[in-house]
Parts: sequence; C-alpha cells; structure tokens
Amino acid sequence: MSEAKGLRSWLTTTDHKRIGLLYFWTAFWFLLIGGLEALVIRAQLARPDNQLVSAETYNQLFTMHGTTMVFLALMPLGAAFFNYIVPLQIGARDVAFPRLNAFSYWVFLLGGLFMNASWFLPGHPAPDGGWFGYANLTSTQYSPGPNIDFWVLGLQILGIASLAAGFNFIVTILNLRAPGMKLMRLPVFSWMTLVTSFLIITAFPVITVALVYLMFDRVFGTHFYLPAGGGDPILWQHLFWLFGHPEVYILILPAMGIVSEVLPTFSRKPLFGYTVVVYSGVLIGFMGWGVWSHHMFSVGLGPIADSVFALTTMLIAIPTGVKIFNWIATLWGGQLRFTTAMCFALGFISLFTIGGLSGITHASPPADLQQTDTYYVVAHFHYVLFGGTIMGLFAGMYYWWPKMTGRLLSEPLGLVHFWLTFIGMNLTFFPMHFIGLLGMPRRIYTYSADLGLSQMNMLSTVGAFLIGISMLVFGYNLWRTRRHGAIAGPNPWGGATLEWSIPSPPPVHNFDVIPTVTSRLQLWDKHPHPPAAAEPVHVPPGSWWPLVAAVGLPVMALAPLTHIVWFAFVGAGILLYGIYRWAYEPFEV
Amino acid sequence: MSHPATAHRTSMGLDNRKMAFWAFIGSECLLFGSLISTYLIYQGRSVSGPMPADVLDIPVTSISTFDLLMSSLWMVLALAAIQRGDMKWAKIWLFGVIVGGLIFIGFQIYEFTTFVHEGLTLKTNLFGATFFVLTGTHGAHVSVGVLWLFTLWIRALQGKLGPANAMTVEIAGLYWHFVDVIWIVIFTLVYLLHT
Repeated sequence: MSEAKGLRSWLTTTDHKRIGLLYFWTAFWFLLIGGLEALVIRAQLARPDNQLVSAETYNQLFTMHGTTMVFLALMPLGAAFFNYIVPLQIGARDVAFPRLNAFSYWVFLLGGLFMNASWFLPGHPAPDGGWFGYANLTSTQYSPGPNIDFWVLGLQILGIASLAAGFNFIVTILNLRAPGMKLMRLPVFSWMTLVTSFLIITAFPVITVALVYLMFDRVFGTHFYLPAGGGDPILWQHLFWLFGHPEVYILILPAMGIVSEVLPTFSRKPLFGYTVVVYSGVLIGFMGWGVWSHHMFSVGLGPIADSVFALTTMLIAIPTGVKIFNWIATLWGGQLRFTTAMCFALGFISLFTIGGLSGITHASPPADLQQTDTYYVVAHFHYVLFGGTIMGLFAGMYYWWPKMTGRLLSEPLGLVHFWLTFIGMNLTFFPMHFIGLLGMPRRIYTYSADLGLSQMNMLSTVGAFLIGISMLVFGYNLWRTRRHGAIAGPNPWGGATLEWSIPSPPPVHNFDVIPTVTSRLQLWDKHPHPPAAAEPVHVPPGSWWPLVAAVGLPVMALAPLTHIVWFAFVGAGILLYGIYRWAYEPFEV
Repeated sequence: MSHPATAHRTSMGLDNRKMAFWAFIGSECLLFGSLISTYLIYQGRSVSGPMPADVLDIPVTSISTFDLLMSSLWMVLALAAIQRGDMKWAKIWLFGVIVGGLIFIGFQIYEFTTFVHEGLTLKTNLFGATFFVLTGTHGAHVSVGVLWLFTLWIRALQGKLGPANAMTVEIAGLYWHFVDVIWIVIFTLVYLLHT
C-alpha cells in the first residue's frame, strides 16, 4: 500500500491524515500572521503617543488579529488534531465522509485567503470593525468601504467549512468506533471533539443568520440593525454572543481534551475521574448556551437579565473547576516525566486557572462595568485563549508530532520554547490586568504619557516579542526535526490509546486489522489482541470535486462584494457542478 | 450502483448518511429558530406600513400550505413504493412531490410579486425585511429540495434507482418533511397569528 506523491495527490486527497496536516500547516501560517499583527499592535503601544501605525491601520490590525486567531488559527489547529488523531483513537480507517472532509479544508483555506486578500487590494481595505463587528459601526453609514464586506463574507464561507466538519466528526465518533470502543471507553480528546462538534453545528447557524442580516443591511438596504428604520443594534449583540460564547468553548474544549491525554501519559496514571471529566465537558457544552449576555452587561439589559446571566456565568465555573481538580489529582502520586508536552499541559492548568478566576470577576455585573472595554478583559481572555488553548495545542503538537511525522521534536529546544512562551506570555498579559483596572481602554491606537502606564505597556511589549522569539525557536525545531529528529517508533511516550498501537506515521489505511477494544487504557492493560485474520484493506481514491465545489463559494461571495450579479450565478454553477460530479463519481468508502 | 461495500457496520446501527442528516436537521433548527425569533422580536416594530394585516392573504397561502402538506404525503408514498420495489409508482409519486414543490414555489413567487406591487419590499420596513428573509430562506430550501428530488426522479427514469438505494430517497424525504414542518411553524406564527 504505497502512498501517492506529488501536488495532485495533495489536491485530491481524502485521507484524514493528509487533511490533518494540511489543516495544521495552513492554520500554523495563519497563527504566524495573527501573531505578526499582534506584534505590530504591541510595537505601536510600546511608547505613549507613538505614531508607528495610523488609527485606521490599528483598527484593522486588532480586527484581523482577533478574527485570524479565532477562526483561522485556533479553531483549525484544533481541527488538525480532530482530523489526524480522532480516527486513530477510535480505531477507524478514516472519517465517515472523506470527501466532505476535504471540502471542509478547501473551504477553510479559500475563506481565509478571501478575507486576507483585502490586505493586498488598493487602499488595503482589511476589515476594521473588531472581531465582534458591533452594529451599527458596521453599517454602510459608518463603514462605507468594502472592509466589512470582506469580513461578513469571509466569515460566512468559513462557517460552511466548520459546519461540514462538525457533521462529519459527530458521525465519525458516534458511528465509526472499533468494536468494543463504547462511548465511556472513548479517549477524552475524542469526547471533547464530539462535544465541540455539537457546539459547532448549533452555534454556527446563529452567526450565519446574524451575518446574513448584516449583509442584507449593507447590500440590499434593509434595516435589521439600523435604528433609523426601527431596527435594533442590540439584536446583533444577542445573535453574535449567542454564537460567541459557545465559540469560546469550541476553542477551549479541544485543548482540554489534549491535556486530558497528555497528563495521564506522563504521570503514568489513568485520568482521575474519567467519567466526571467527560460529563463536565458535556455540561460545559450545554451551559455554554446560557451565559451569552455576560458579554453585554454594559448594554443595560435590566436587573433581572443581569442577575440571571451573572448566576449562570458563576455556575459554569463549577464543571470547569471540577476538571482542573481532576487534572491535578491525576498528577498526584504519578511517575511524572517533565517532557515538553507535559510542561505545556502544566502551563495550561496554571494559566487557564488564572484566566478562569479573572473570568469569574467579571461574572458580577457591577465589577464588569469597571472592567469592560479595558485591558483587564484583554488580559482575561488571553489567559484563557493563549494560556489555555494555545498552551494546550502546543502540548498536543509535542505529544502527537512523532505520531504524525515519525520523528520526535527536540526536547531541549522544546523546553526552551516552553519557557520562552511561558515567561513571555505572563510578561505580556499579566501587566494588562493592572493596565486595564487603572483605566486604559481597549482598541484605542495610542495613549498619553499622563496616564502613567508607559512602563507597564513597555513591559507588555517586551513580553510579546519574547513570544515572537519563542515561535522562531519552535519553527526551527519543526524544520530541524524533518531530517534530524530522533525516530519515534510506534509509542515513544508509552501512551495508552489506540493511536500508539500503529506505526508512526501510520500507513494509509491506519490499521491492518481493526482492533477490538476491551479497556479504556487498551495499551496499558495489555489485553491480548484476539487473533484476527487480516482483512482486504480498501483505500478510497482521491477526488477533485471537493476542491471544485469549494471554489464556488468565494466566487459567489464576489457578487455582494463587487455588486456584479453574475458572480453569484457562476459561483453557484461551479458549486453545483462540483456537487453533482462528487455525488455520481465512483467512490467507495 | 449496488456495491454491498457501502453497507458498513456502524457503531450505532444507523446509516452514516442518515445520522449526518439528522445532525444537519438539528443545525437547521437553529438557523430557522434564529430567523423566526427575529421575526417575532421585530413584530409590530415597523415604523411605516404596509403592515402584515395589509398584505397577508391567508386563504391563498392556505392553499399553498395544503399543497406542501400533500407533497409530504406523496413523499411518504414514493418512499414506500421504492422500498417495495414498485418503481412505476415510485416514479409517479416522486414526480408528484416535484410538482407539489413547484406549485408551492409558484405561489411564493406570486405572493412576493403581489407584495412588491402593494409597496412592500426588503427596504420598506422591518416587516418586509424579516418576512422576505424568513420566507425566502424557506423558499430556497424548497427549491433545493425540488432540484434534489428531480435528480432522483431522473435517476429513477434511467433505472438507476431501486430498493438497494432507497436510503437516498429516504434522506431526501427527511429533508422534504423537515422543510414542510418548518413551513407549518412559519404559517402558524407569521400568517395565522399575525396580529
């Protein structure tokens, strides 16, 4: 079963492992772009009254930094691991719908390119309304250029990619489990992927509707968000955060799943309270739908709404806290090995706890009114999304890189990367708690020396560049490992889950014989594999049609962007043609 | 088309495509839920006319609603026919569903043009915006359904559809019934309770 090579094989691939790698590298480049935008922001804020970038460019930078990191870096990095690892963990040969999986990736790539193309057009009209795009700042009256159109249309394209992936992974995890892999034997990472997928398929329709209204307001002259026509800008906030808060859990749950794999492996102990961790994850998924208005305390929704959302927000801290205690209890009495992956997982626990605690402080509406729109909030969500999600994703990269490439990343370089990231991250974001509480607002391109915050801002900027250097170390580690990394073997860490039972990197068909699962910790419990006859392994061929269908979407999006109607028909034609050829090509799964 | 290789064993005993489709329907509920909620929130908040009572024609829309409901019945009969291998009636009923869908779309085109002549467009007021986006999204779903069923009907005429792939018809039927149920909700909330 030799693997196909060449550009064509990548453009037509339906192999979940290759699609996982495509997701990884694409999202990694977007992570670097988003990081570069953050560095320009921090360079601008290094000194008071700085003129490095204009206020307009600054608006574009923080808008695209947020949008890129959420939709083009963190979510797809999670998706990279969903793709590569989940089928291996559940003992499957691929995902349920391999071509739909390829479609998801191509739509994601094209949506990301579509939005970022705005940087390169004359006048570089990149989106500038914030990643939250509040109405009526996004109306044609206040944003007449195409900036917001790129954002609205780009996000709609990206939403389709996420939805398709969500359906695919729900079916994959529920239906493609190896014999004996009961739901309560699923590795926690696969469980969190399942919860995340349900959140994706329920949350993304809501933002799609919100974006469609905004598009209609801008293109067809409706008044969904325009007070002049009776519309209510607050409707946008409700729809956006109704999506936006589940989105926070879409970003953090995969990282929680990774950490729940890494900690047991390097403690040589089963995860403490597996069932409780799983149920807490599911509970977080449900409760994540009942807290959205805590993003809107300053709107003035009234004492009853404020009280209810304060209460639900404090309650959701409970299952999260339960998980943290379970992770700590997993470490207790274990044979700890401080590998890079383990260090990042421990970094996750400590930093995510800090972010969680500052989160509880703005569960209280009166406190939140002091904190909202200040750097305190910026500090909070970076502790959650950087200290939490990114640290978790790095833990996953060091943990699974040998599985994905066959070679171990350098541990010494990895530890340098970890400490630079850990110190840089705290140096960048810890002072922001004080910067914010002392009164510096977010999203303002400069500040006066009279504010007395110049030193702390400089400190924060130094920290940001330290993170930048840490990424260079990581990049060098990735590059070096291609040729000089130690050969990993099937199970370099002594992991317990099925992905470690097969060669690294796995063969195209993953498993020569589909395993029969008898335990949650299959490889530790050393249950003898019942001898099974090798089956004929069928590997589906590649297909061009997911890529062709995906191309139709950005072409359609050109119509509302340029107001040239025939783009819509051409794009729809390409999409339909791709779908029909896809539906009727011979393709056996 | 009859390759038994596609009949995989699945962990839940439910066909992959069918499970994905149920998840899709769940997702669609949130889409229509958001659209319907917006319609209800903005009810009575238009700053100028025409208002719902000025333009909505319940008797006419009742006919198209009845037509859509009947098409769901024909869908059930089409699936039953194909499952028992009766391709003659499968083709007839599938054709019936397509015609039912087209009649519904025809009614909607008539309704939209009438409203525009009476001065209600997307831009006129919040009622116009929420009404056209909600019912237009539904109409787009019906159109996709018609295209899908038309494709299956052509496959049936070519003799490429039979009991072995009745699942494809069953899934199209799930979609059709879902779109029908959504219309019942819209008809009730937007038309019957429009005060």
